Amino acid sequence: MLSVSHLSKTFPGVRALSDVDFTARAGEVHALVGENGAGKSTLIKVLTGVYRPDAGELTYDGEPVRFGTPLQAQQAGISTIYQEVNLVPLMSVARNLFLGREPLGRLGLIDFRRMHREADEALRGLGIRVDVRRPLRELGVGAQQMVALARAVAVDARVVIMDEPTSSLEPREVKTLFGVIRMLRERGVAVVYVSHRMDELYEICDTVTVLRDGRVVHTGPLAELDRLRLVAMMLGREIGEVREEGMTKFTGSHDTEAEPVLRAEGLTVSHRLRDVSLEVRPGEVVGLGGLLGSGRSETAKAIAGALPTDAGRVVVAGVPVRAGSTAAAIRAGISLLPEDRKAEGIVPGLSVRENIALAALPALSRFGLVDDTRIDAIVETFMKRLRIKAAGPHQKVGELSGGNQQKVLLARWLALHPKVLLLDEPTRGIDVGAKAEVQALIDELADDGLAVLLISSDTEELIEGSDRVVVLKDGAVVRELTGDAVTEDALMRAIAAVPAGGSDD
Amino acid sequence: MTELALSRGSLDRDRLLRLLQDYGVYAGVLVLLLFNFAFTPHFVSTENFRTQAVQVAPVLIVALGMALAIGTEGVDLSVGSVMALATSLLSLYLGYGPWIAALTAVIGGIVVGVANGALIAFVGVQPIVATLALMVAGRGLALVLLPQLKDVRDPGLASLGSGDVLGVPYLVLIAAVLAVLVAFVMRRTTFGRQVLAIGDSRPAARLAGLPVRRVLIVVYVCSGALAAIAGVLATARLTASDPTSLGNLMELSAITAVVVGGTPLTGGRVRIGGTVAGAVLIQLLTTTLIKHDLPPSWTQIAQAVVIVLAVYAARERGRR
Amino acid sequence: MTTQTEEAGMPADTASPKDDDPGRTNRSERLSALAQQHGALVTLVIAMAVASLSFDTFLTGDNLENMALSSAFLAVVALGMTFVIITGGIDLSVGSLFALGGVLAAWGSQYGTVVALLLPLAVCGLIGLVNGVLIAHVRLAPFIVTLAAMLGARGILLAITDEGSKTYLVDKDSFFATLGQGSLLGIGVPVWITVALFVLGAVVLRGTRFGQYVYAVGGNEDAGALMGAPVARTKISVYTLSGLCAGLAGALNAAWLVSGVTILGSGMELEAISAVVIGGTLLSGGFGFISGSLVGVLLLKVIQNVINQIGSLDSAYQQVVSGAFLAVVVVAQTWLGRRRRVL
Repeated sequence: MLSVSHLSKTFPGVRALSDVDFTARAGEVHALVGENGAGKSTLIKVLTGVYRPDAGELTYDGEPVRFGTPLQAQQAGISTIYQEVNLVPLMSVARNLFLGREPLGRLGLIDFRRMHREADEALRGLGIRVDVRRPLRELGVGAQQMVALARAVAVDARVVIMDEPTSSLEPREVKTLFGVIRMLRERGVAVVYVSHRMDELYEICDTVTVLRDGRVVHTGPLAELDRLRLVAMMLGREIGEVREEGMTKFTGSHDTEAEPVLRAEGLTVSHRLRDVSLEVRPGEVVGLGGLLGSGRSETAKAIAGALPTDAGRVVVAGVPVRAGSTAAAIRAGISLLPEDRKAEGIVPGLSVRENIALAALPALSRFGLVDDTRIDAIVETFMKRLRIKAAGPHQKVGELSGGNQQKVLLARWLALHPKVLLLDEPTRGIDVGAKAEVQALIDELADDGLAVLLISSDTEELIEGSDRVVVLKDGAVVRELTGDAVTEDALMRAIAAVPAGGSDD
Repeated sequence: MTELALSRGSLDRDRLLRLLQDYGVYAGVLVLLLFNFAFTPHFVSTENFRTQAVQVAPVLIVALGMALAIGTEGVDLSVGSVMALATSLLSLYLGYGPWIAALTAVIGGIVVGVANGALIAFVGVQPIVATLALMVAGRGLALVLLPQLKDVRDPGLASLGSGDVLGVPYLVLIAAVLAVLVAFVMRRTTFGRQVLAIGDSRPAARLAGLPVRRVLIVVYVCSGALAAIAGVLATARLTASDPTSLGNLMELSAITAVVVGGTPLTGGRVRIGGTVAGAVLIQLLTTTLIKHDLPPSWTQIAQAVVIVLAVYAARERGRR
Repeated sequence: MTTQTEEAGMPADTASPKDDDPGRTNRSERLSALAQQHGALVTLVIAMAVASLSFDTFLTGDNLENMALSSAFLAVVALGMTFVIITGGIDLSVGSLFALGGVLAAWGSQYGTVVALLLPLAVCGLIGLVNGVLIAHVRLAPFIVTLAAMLGARGILLAITDEGSKTYLVDKDSFFATLGQGSLLGIGVPVWITVALFVLGAVVLRGTRFGQYVYAVGGNEDAGALMGAPVARTKISVYTLSGLCAGLAGALNAAWLVSGVTILGSGMELEAISAVVIGGTLLSGGFGFISGSLVGVLLLKVIQNVINQIGSLDSAYQQVVSGAFLAVVVVAQTWLGRRRRVL
């Protein structure tokens, strides 16, 4: 139905997709999996006309096609259900369902009676009953997703692409969704299903394509592939792979006897985290393992006060931290290196110097006047210690390479002398050399007595860098690996494990 | 979108554009000056320069506060009304002496600033809307306090308005001192850095633990206070309080000066030097047109065109 | 400037994951929606009741007629503004366009009614169109573009009136003058025209595809575009419409005053925006209705009338009251919106 061959797409500095072949067939649910940065979202955006490929061919229904805009793709019968519901929340359900194709009555006016009736029928067909006159936002997220799906079905879509549709659904809603997907399959619609939840993939999908680093590493029937192999492929590791020596710059174990300096208890954020507890001791690196969407970043953000929690508390060195306040967390000695370096980390228009000094400014000034000599001293120390490569302290951070931006951020936090450092994907998107340096630095910091919580999609980095690994799955802790059990095998087994109570989420 | 813009613009065009954004305003001032030296009779005289400088002073002072607001990715539309409010308060409290009266006027501006800041920082209203409400109410309040034009006869204020030190009018001196002060605050204080960080990337600023709300409130308080000072000075110069027309369209002139001066509306960058030059540029443009017997209508149209061009140029930067 | 659109897009993330008790949520949702929709109307009724009890002169035919007429012009401007604000934009040029429209109509009336009507519509519509193109295609911030247009239009106005010194008069006996001065069934023609335009506007906004696009663009621009709403075309249309409305209101006003008065219209953009917002339309876009704007205009005019009736009070109080009103409404809207998300 819809296929691409030899597809390549490059963004400035990044090769997002190279030589990718992918085929979605009619009446088939095709799983598209891969870790962060594997190229899934780029592929979806090419399929739906958001991006134009640099090279390669897009074939739809046997004909070569080229979509200039998402609208063209949609009109051709390719519908996409995004992770975030992409509807207009303030408009009524029926209006959302029919936007741009409202049934018109006499005088060219919208025939509301017919529109409401048809909207009601369409939604009932998908097993949901709602008042279609109410604004969409009064519906639960699941129901909203159903409306998006109903819209896709109603426009006679022949290809439906679902990007993590279940990430905010209740188990009951997931069941309804799967019912609809099966119905679509029977109707001969090609479904592309993106998800990280193993249980769902095995329940609903026929075939699977695994992407990693912009390449297809595997494609074929899902049933022939066991969970462990799938996880291994996604993470790019071999099972039981024997390695004499690690390739990362980590030295290994740290002192793990001391009292925990960070204690998180029962962190709960609806739909994201369930009762996550963990401890980190000074001088220890604790890894947070799990697939994308398992709640790793959310855990870090909840600890740093950047994500409001429904329950749970964070204690640093025996003192509870006021929840939901980044400033309070920082005062308590928690520093977070956020995952999205560009949007949440650096202040791109300010210089290296200003960025490093930003969080520590109050301490570096007297009567509100910045003490330039002290800042210069600190900036110089950190630029040297972290080997930040910049034209000088006055270069804008936005102009630096990813690795150096990351080092600037690290310097910003280290200048505060934190007790706990939360590192969310510290080495993503930075070149090999800088990566090794950052890894060595993490090690060094832990040796200096810092408590480090490390999140990384790079399994090797996670395993070798961590003294312990807490494994998350669907927002809850499923396993804690300690001592000799900190191996890639154990991590992948923990992730791939079938939950004891079936798929009750 | 970003890729498109990136691939389209060549490096040369990029550099040219950046130069234009950074130094275009100075070049513009220079060109206008040269033009006037050459073609405008009686332009080169101390008296004329004094007049020009005195006229530009209030706009400049207001623009300084506006630059701060725009630096945080906001805007303050209430400045004109604050000027009117200041002039009303000034003439109302003149009985207690000029200094008390001026102080009251500035306090009035600060109160408006607090209201703006609270609406923006705590309630979460968009800056344009919050300051719009205060713009309507402020002008009304000014008129309630002082229904019509009133002469201000106070020797102290009169000397403030027309006196000078070594030939430099007080007004110009005050404007210069304030400009230097704001520039100093932006460059050398924690507050200045925080303003820029908040305007550039609010999520990053928040995650870095900056007191975002407090900074926002202080910014709008500064803007209100500066506008009030401008109102007091303008009153002193005119020796009359005219709450109906004082400060009319001032928000527009101030925004123009800031934007023409190379401060992007998207925040994260404040150019005080550029703002000063921007205010001067607008003033020179007006003078040039008037001195060549072009009617005020042309000035307004020209100003409109300059604004759109400046915003357009700044937009190009935002994309890059 | 991306801020406004970004912050205006806030309702986009209303998909709050917490929906514990649907019954309670719905009830309080409905209550706040009701407050938003009818709050202004209730206030208007109360204000009128109080006014008619307090002043014998309030509920007289003359006074009502006067209020209706003076409301009519602002109402037509607010009508166009409603469309603009629902798309999440703002149009600050309407005051200038109103004045420009009046002068053009007065000047054009010497060549007949058709010219007197079409000329202001053409010029003001064109300026609105330029606004729209700059906003939709060049992606400049609406407030700055329309602020520049406000200045530019005022400049044009001065240019065609000898710097404001020349006032064009409308022949009192012309047909054009009856558009402003005449009355039908005892009610002024401008009032009839306004009512007709509001009915038309409401039908367009609620009942046509274009109206749906207006809501979609304001509610979630990206989603709207993905669902096939012609975003740029819709934006250009609403700014053109706003220009047309302002021009027409100006022309009608000129017919009523039988002259093109140049000093009119300053501050009108604020009045129009206040009326629209007081009427329940969200300044962040995506929600609003035509009838609310009419109620908002009437409310402002009643307040004005009452303040005028209290002889001791200056008319400037009206600005204070409407500014305070605007602030209260905006705070309430933000607060209601936030509470809805939290619930």
